Amino acid sequence: MSTPIIEIKDVNKWYGEFHVLKDVCLEVAKGEKVVVCGPSGSGKSTMIRCINRLEEHQSGRIAVDGIELGDDVKAVEAVRRRVGMVFQSFNLFPHLTVLENLTLAPVKVAGVAPREAESTAMALLERVRIPEQAGKFPGQLSGGQQQRVAIARALCLKPAVMLFDEPTSALDPEMVGEVLDVMSGLAAEGMTMICVTHEMGFARAVADTMVFMDEGRIVEVAPPAQFFQSPANERTRRFLGKIIGH
Amino acid sequence: MNRPGRWIKANLFGSPVNTVLTVLALALLWQTVPPFLDWALFSASWGGGSPESCRQAGGACWTLLAERHRLMLFGLYPYDQHWRPLLAMALFVALLAASSHRRCWRPWLALAWGALIVVASLLMWGGVAGLVPVETAQWGGLPLTLVIAVLAIVVAFPFSILLALGRRSELPVIKAVSVGYIELVRGLPLVSLLFMASVMFPLFLPEGVTIEKALRALVGMTLFTAAYLAEAVRGGLQAIPKGQFEAADALGLSYWQTMRLIILPQALRLVIPPIVGQFITCFKDTSLVTIVGLYDLLAATKAALNDPAWRPFFVEGYLAAALVYFCFCFFMSRYSQWLEREVAKGTR
Amino acid sequence: MGGLAGLWGSRRFRGLVYQALVIGGVIAVGGWLVRNTLTNLELRGIATGFGFLGREAGFDISESLIPYTPADTYARALLVGLLNTLLISALGIVFATLIGTAVGVMRLSGNWLMARLCGVYVEAVRNVPLLLQLFVWYGLVTTLPGARQALNPLPGVFLSNRGLVIPGLDWSGGGWPVLDLPRLAGFNFTGGLTLSPEFAALLAGLTVYTAAFIAEIVRAGILSVPKGQVEAARALGLSKGQTLRLVVLPQALRVIVPPLTSQYLNVTKNSPLAIAIGYPDLVAVSNTAINQTGQAVESVALVMGVFLCISLGLSALMNWYNKRVALVSK
Repeated sequence: MSTPIIEIKDVNKWYGEFHVLKDVCLEVAKGEKVVVCGPSGSGKSTMIRCINRLEEHQSGRIAVDGIELGDDVKAVEAVRRRVGMVFQSFNLFPHLTVLENLTLAPVKVAGVAPREAESTAMALLERVRIPEQAGKFPGQLSGGQQQRVAIARALCLKPAVMLFDEPTSALDPEMVGEVLDVMSGLAAEGMTMICVTHEMGFARAVADTMVFMDEGRIVEVAPPAQFFQSPANERTRRFLGKIIGH
Repeated sequence: MNRPGRWIKANLFGSPVNTVLTVLALALLWQTVPPFLDWALFSASWGGGSPESCRQAGGACWTLLAERHRLMLFGLYPYDQHWRPLLAMALFVALLAASSHRRCWRPWLALAWGALIVVASLLMWGGVAGLVPVETAQWGGLPLTLVIAVLAIVVAFPFSILLALGRRSELPVIKAVSVGYIELVRGLPLVSLLFMASVMFPLFLPEGVTIEKALRALVGMTLFTAAYLAEAVRGGLQAIPKGQFEAADALGLSYWQTMRLIILPQALRLVIPPIVGQFITCFKDTSLVTIVGLYDLLAATKAALNDPAWRPFFVEGYLAAALVYFCFCFFMSRYSQWLEREVAKGTR
Repeated sequence: MGGLAGLWGSRRFRGLVYQALVIGGVIAVGGWLVRNTLTNLELRGIATGFGFLGREAGFDISESLIPYTPADTYARALLVGLLNTLLISALGIVFATLIGTAVGVMRLSGNWLMARLCGVYVEAVRNVPLLLQLFVWYGLVTTLPGARQALNPLPGVFLSNRGLVIPGLDWSGGGWPVLDLPRLAGFNFTGGLTLSPEFAALLAGLTVYTAAFIAEIVRAGILSVPKGQVEAARALGLSKGQTLRLVVLPQALRVIVPPLTSQYLNVTKNSPLAIAIGYPDLVAVSNTAINQTGQAVESVALVMGVFLCISLGLSALMNWYNKRVALVSK
């Protein structure tokens, strides 16, 4: 196997007294799809938010594509160019149209010509199957459509890695499918993905690796077949029992 | 019962309390409206040319306005040059009207405002194109009020945005300096600040450097307005969800890009009402420069009433000045309501 | 060069540099101002320091809550001014709150006529500068008839160009106070409490102006209470008055108190407009002191310090009250 594109080694993080991440280690190879699950407050969101430095870790090493994250501004900028992120609450910019949301970062951050950025954006909107909404404002779209726009926005900088932070948790049930479809399509094209999600059907179908976190620790890392059939850890078993509802 | 009857019953006599209120209101109107109409219209003097005619008429002395309106509107500005401030004000009002049309929200509008400030100052100052020079000490009346209000707002606004950003900064020193400035200024009466500007500025500056009285007052107004505007802007910044900052971060936008492209456009929209409210306050507060000896609209009105013969008719004079202030303030508050609806239209 | 560029890449280092620049700028500007001021004061032969406070003031003050003569010190003169400021602010706050609340409630009363009248009052007063209104009030008070023809709107209340005379309480007998009714004696009144024309005009101006703002705050506060609360209260059989008093107002207070605080602060900060009509408040007295002694820096600093203390004190009081009325949640 080649060098991992994401390397997390012995990472620790505290919010004041509260120890959120405890000696977290994880390596993700190029093209690998990782699904992270675990009870709420277990640190899974915090972990992936550390990968593009929305949160700072206090000790340990996080590197993306060989670039180590630290105090250096240039390194953070470089990592953010390589990592796309999709949030639970979409976080589209409500004062910009869908198309403007998509072209903003390419034009302002990457210096792409506006024309070119627009055609890339339109191609991506085709891919998430809502090109007809390009001129609308986010507030005029349904939750599922907004999340698909958010995915397209994250793809606009042609990232090497996509992070998904519970992308379907804020959606009405009937809209979950359309978003998961887009994500599956992305996976099929070979995108490296880390998804925090409770959608176990999606995980089973798409994931190469399952990661279970609890109380700030990575408790179990296993391929989905093994993870779902015979989890090694008692806590994983209990969690799966609850979430799948047997 | 017919519809008007039902409406009257519901809105005026719905309950005993309601009926009492209606009777009270009617009594109040009966007591005030007929005498007022008599004073303001039927017994009024409309231009007899002298205070004597007013005394005979017994009602409102509109003659005062006919005789003294030039002094009230333009203060000490040379009488035969009044067309210059008048033209400047006409340009200002025209541009104000143009700015309230969405169609005109183009880059040229900002240029037009810049040009207006230059043209208006040249008109007022003179000294070019054969215009007689007029010192700022002679400026007065409504043009002075507008100049101080507009410049104070134009300069204070960008300053207030910096202060508001500073107050939300993660860097402790920048935050402390911003908070210190905002809270200090907001704790002080504007009158004291204006006094400080007029009494202490000469002490603050190197020997031999003097600045004009109008400029000192303008600096005082600007420093004052900026602190209040900063608080209004901060309200908007606080209302922007954290997710917006995170999304901008994740896309790799820099701090200034995030603020300029994502946060401020949203934040400023949210606080249009308090910001315009602050503009209105600033406009009304320019009247305080009267106290430090400038001849703004209020002071010029006061001066016009200084003549003992006209003094008994101060109510008419102040009423006219109040009407001018009211028109500007009322226009601004209506404009802010319209603007709020207008910018909301796009996003929802 | 590489080291420096590397250092500049560090976010912490950049932060430190920005902050150092700001501190440097503040110190540089401050130092420059102080140096200029010291030079200028020296040139004009003005001694710095608060020593002048102990000197004899030599000017009279038209009204005072405590005994004062021109032979008293500047410190005492300023204290007289401060007490006058506090008096006018306190009374202004009380009256503005009463009138403002009444007008605010009335605007929502459902009585079309009264709501309209109150709306006209609020719009008219809010959009005209306070100073202009003060000039009008002062003009009206001074053109009132003399004491002999004084208006007598209520028993024991007289309105004339000598000011407003109201019944007072006489404590001199010891024990229970006796009501002291004013009487006309010659060309003036004896007995009762006399408010000077300046005081009356300032109080009227501050009250009427601030009440308009408070009315809007009260109205917004009441409107912020969800309709379901009123429906629930009515469903429980509470009367309209009870609903307002027991359910709506306590909840509305949470929304009302913070902006009300800033209106109260505005009353104190607007009170120095007194200087325009000749009421001797703190700022007016300190201005006289500046004119006589040239101690501008000290006097201005003193006045600013006092106003900051009043602001902070009032804010602390209102914050404490706000905590008490705030909803307990979580």
